[in-house]
Amino acid sequence: MALNNIENLLEKYENGETSLKEEQQLKDYFSSDTVAPHLEMYKPMFNYFLVNQEEQFTKQLPLQTKRVFNYKWLSVAAVAVLMVSIFINNPLNLNAETISESDKIEINNAKEALAIMSKHLNQGTAQVSYLGEINKASKQVDYLKEITNPMDRLLKR
Amino acid sequence: MTQSEFLNIVTPFKDKVFRLAKRLLVSREEAEDATQEVLIKLWKNKAKIKDYKNIEAFSMTMTKNFCFDKLKSKQAQNLKIVHSNYQDHNVSLQKQLEIDDSLDWVGRIMETLPQQQKMVVQLRDIEQYDFKEIAEMLDMNETAIRVALSRARKTIREKLTSTHNYGVK
Repeated sequence: MALNNIENLLEKYENGETSLKEEQQLKDYFSSDTVAPHLEMYKPMFNYFLVNQEEQFTKQLPLQTKRVFNYKWLSVAAVAVLMVSIFINNPLNLNAETISESDKIEINNAKEALAIMSKHLNQGTAQVSYLGEINKASKQVDYLKEITNPMDRLLKR
Repeated sequence: MTQSEFLNIVTPFKDKVFRLAKRLLVSREEAEDATQEVLIKLWKNKAKIKDYKNIEAFSMTMTKNFCFDKLKSKQAQNLKIVHSNYQDHNVSLQKQLEIDDSLDWVGRIMETLPQQQKMVVQLRDIEQYDFKEIAEMLDMNETAIRVALSRARKTIREKLTSTHNYGVK
């Protein structure tokens, strides 16, 4: 390649006006063995660029593909377990006794009858409580026994 | 998206992410960590990957921002400087040593450049992106990129010329 051409390219290069293709031409020229002596100082520069293009990243990349445990499903599972355990302990009463209208009426009647009965019973017991007075009186009568006591003593003497 | 699909998307540019990170963070280990972080972030957001127009440019921007954050938080600390091994089997050992030395020197000159120029040189001269892509990645306009690139190239050339003339290698 004509030296003149290279010198022109170098000038353009230093002004930042070269295209990538022209820069490649310069790199090719300076990596050859026939570099003009007065351009020798450019050689390490272009060689440095060429050498540095080759450097590679060799470290292993630790990419995690392990999925993060989803706690949302934990709650779903918990609810499911809870419902199953409730069902086992307390199966739904499908054959639960149903109470018909007529039964209800009978129950109410029975209740009323029982209420009336207990009312009358209470009245009865209230009247019977006067009997307590008799007990009182009998206690008072007991004092008469005290009179007999001294009488006995007198008689014995 | 499966792991292999993701790797298919990421593989073409993961080295570029790494090299940009290394350009900014200097140390190889730091750059590896940064690349890993960036790619894992992408993996975590894999559901949104299809929404991005240009996943590569997006990743480069992410890398740039991540490295800037890293540098900010590490300002007080010293970063380790680790140079990679340059390999070229075609030249003799003597020549190889010389080239290593001068390439090392270019690397050291690059380190002295301002962050922006560093990134522009990295993306243009090493990764060979066109100006439009660089503009998107760095959120700059194309003229500003050309200016930064021109300055950086001139700086490198000047420093190389002076070492070349003094014979310091």
